[in-house]
Amino acid sequence: MPESSSTAPNERRARAGVHPLARYLGIRAGLTVLLLFGVTLVTFTLTNLVPADPVQAALGEQAAADPEIVQKFREDAGLDQPLPVQYLTYLGNLLHGDLGMSQQTHAPVADDLGTAFPATAELAIAAILISIVLGVGLGMWAALRRHKVTDQVIRVVSLIGISVPSFWLALVVYFVFFSQLHWFPGSGRLSPAAVPPPQVTGMYTVDSLLAGQWATFADAVSHLILPAAVLALYTIGLLTRFARSAILEVLDLDYVRAARAKGLPGHIVVNRYVLRGALVPIITVLGVAFGSLLSGTVLVEKVYSWHGLGEYAYSAATKLDLPAIMGVGLVVGFVYIGLNFIIDVLYGVIDPRVRVA
Amino acid sequence: MTDVIEENEVIAERDVIAGRDVIAEQTRRKGRLRVSKQLRTPLAVTGAAIVVFWLLVAVFAQWIRPYDPLAQDFPRLLAPNAEHWFGTDQVGRDVLSRVITGAQVSIPLALMLVVFAMLIGSLLGAIAGYFGKAIDEVIMRIADLVFAFPTIILAMVIAAALGPSLTNAVIAMLIVSWPAYARVSRSLVLGARDAEYVVAGRLLGNGPFTSLRKDILPNVVSPVVVLATLDVGTAILLLSGLSFLGLGAIPPTPDWGAMVAEGVQNFSSWWISVFPGLAILTVVLAFNFLGDALRDALDPRSQEAVQGRSL
Repeated sequence: MPESSSTAPNERRARAGVHPLARYLGIRAGLTVLLLFGVTLVTFTLTNLVPADPVQAALGEQAAADPEIVQKFREDAGLDQPLPVQYLTYLGNLLHGDLGMSQQTHAPVADDLGTAFPATAELAIAAILISIVLGVGLGMWAALRRHKVTDQVIRVVSLIGISVPSFWLALVVYFVFFSQLHWFPGSGRLSPAAVPPPQVTGMYTVDSLLAGQWATFADAVSHLILPAAVLALYTIGLLTRFARSAILEVLDLDYVRAARAKGLPGHIVVNRYVLRGALVPIITVLGVAFGSLLSGTVLVEKVYSWHGLGEYAYSAATKLDLPAIMGVGLVVGFVYIGLNFIIDVLYGVIDPRVRVA
Repeated sequence: MTDVIEENEVIAERDVIAGRDVIAEQTRRKGRLRVSKQLRTPLAVTGAAIVVFWLLVAVFAQWIRPYDPLAQDFPRLLAPNAEHWFGTDQVGRDVLSRVITGAQVSIPLALMLVVFAMLIGSLLGAIAGYFGKAIDEVIMRIADLVFAFPTIILAMVIAAALGPSLTNAVIAMLIVSWPAYARVSRSLVLGARDAEYVVAGRLLGNGPFTSLRKDILPNVVSPVVVLATLDVGTAILLLSGLSFLGLGAIPPTPDWGAMVAEGVQNFSSWWISVFPGLAILTVVLAFNFLGDALRDALDPRSQEAVQGRSL
C-alpha cells in the first residue's frame, strides 16, 4: 500500500511536465477572468439596450430638464462617448482596480463595495453556518430513518423551507421576536448607541472580537441572529434534501456494509465512513447555496435595514447606476467563482480518487 | 402484464414502419405507467389539491370575493373580524378580497413565465445542439453569460431598467431563466441527434426542422417538463420578490408580493402582510410537493420507494 501510493503521483508529475495543480490553477484563473469579463459585458449591454435614461434616473426630473446640467453630467460620466469607447474605458480602469464612481453616492464604487460587501458576507456566513449544522444534521437523520415517520416529517419541513418567501418570513419574524417579544433588537447591524469596532474585516462580529470589545460583539451577534436565521431557512431546506440523498447513496455502498459487518459502533460508521463519503456532493451544494445567499440577501436586507450588497444593488438598479451595478456583479461573480475553485480543491482533499483523475 | 407486452408489440410494429427508436418508446411507455402509480402519494395528492384549490380561486375570484378588492370603503387598519376575515389595509380595502384577487395575478403569470422560458430555452437549446458549430457557440455562450450573473440582481437590473410593471418583471425573469432549459435540451438533443432512427428519418427525406420536430423533440419533452414543474414555485417566489421590491406590480394591483411590502410601513397591523404571504407560501409549497413527487417518480434510484411506505 505505501509503495504504490508513493510512486504513482511522481510518475504522473513527470509525464505532465507541469505540476497538475499548477496547470489546473492556470486554467481556472483564465476562466475566471473570462467569466468576469462576461459579467461586465452583460451588465453593460443590458443597461444600454433598455429604453430608460440613466441621466434622468440619476439627476431627477427637475435637473434633467436643464440641458446644461445634463450635458455636464454626460461629460463627467463619459456618456457622450460612443458605447464601445465607454466600455473599453471602463475595462481599462478596471485593470487599475478602478471601478468608477457611483452616480448615486458620488463615492468610488470600490469604497462603497468595501463597506457593503462585508456586511452581506457576515450575514451570508452566519446563515451558511446555521444551515450546515441543521441541514446536514437533518439530512443525515432523515437518511438513517429512511421511509420512517421522521424521514417524511423532515422531507415536508425541508420543502416548507424552500417554499417560504424570505421577505415575508423576515417581516413575520421581526414582528414576533422584536415588536412583540422584545427578544432581539430590530433593524440595523448595531444598536444606535454602539460604536462600530475598528475596521479590519468590516464584519462587526469578527472586528469586535479582534479588538476584544465583548459588549459590541454581543450587540452585533444579537442583531445578526434574526436576519441570518431567516436567510438560513431556504438553505437548510436545500441542504437537507441533498444531504439526505447523498448519504442514502453512500449507505448502500459495500465499504459501509463491511464497516458495519466487522462490528464498528454505529456512530463511528456514520461519522467516519458515511459522512466522509457523502461530503463531496454536500460541499458542491454548499457552494451553490452560498452564492445564492450572497445575492438573495437583498430581500431580507431591505426589511432589516442591513446596509449590505443587496441593498446597494437595489438602489443602484432603481437609479440605473451603471458602475455600481457592474461592481456588484463583479464582486458576487468573483466570490462565486473563487468559492467553486476552493470547492474543487476540497474535492481532492476529501476524495483521493479525484486526485488520481 | 400481458397487455403491456401486447401494447408494446403494437408500438414496435408501428415504430419500425415509422423508423423510430423502439426501445426509447418502450421505456417511455413503461416510465409513464410507473409515474402515474408513484404520483398517487399523499404528498403529491396534497400538492395537487392545493394547486387545484388556488386555480379555482383564481377562476372564480369575481364571485367568491366578499368585496371589491380596490374599493377603499372601510375604516383603515381593521383587525380581522367577522365582517373582514383578514382585516382591512392602510387605505381601507378588504384584505381577503385582495388576497383572492391576487391569485389571478401571481399564478397565471408564473405559469406563463415558466411555459415561455421552457419553450424559448428548449427551442434555442435544441437548435444549438442539432446544428452545432457557430450557432451552438453563440447560443450557449450567451447562456453562460446569463449564468455568470447572480439571478436576482440581474432580474432587478432589467426590471428597473425597463420600468416597474408586472410585464417587465416577467420579461426580466424570462431573460434570466431560459438558459437552464437551453442547457438541458441541448444535452438531450446531442444525445439523440446521431441515433439511427434520426439518421434513417433524414435519409427518408426529412428536412432538418422536420427531423428536429418529429424525431428529436419527443426525447426532450418529458425531462424539460419535469424541470418546468420544479421551477413554478421558484418563479412565483422570484416574481413576488420583485413585486415586494417595487419592481413588479404597480399599486393598486392586488399582487401578493406588493401586499406584503405594504405591511412593512404598517408594522403593527400584521394581517396586511401575513395573509398574502401565507398565500404565496401555500402555492409555492404545493408546486414544490408536486415537483418533488414527480422527480422521485422519474428517478430510477428511488424505485424501492414505491415498494416501501412512501409519502
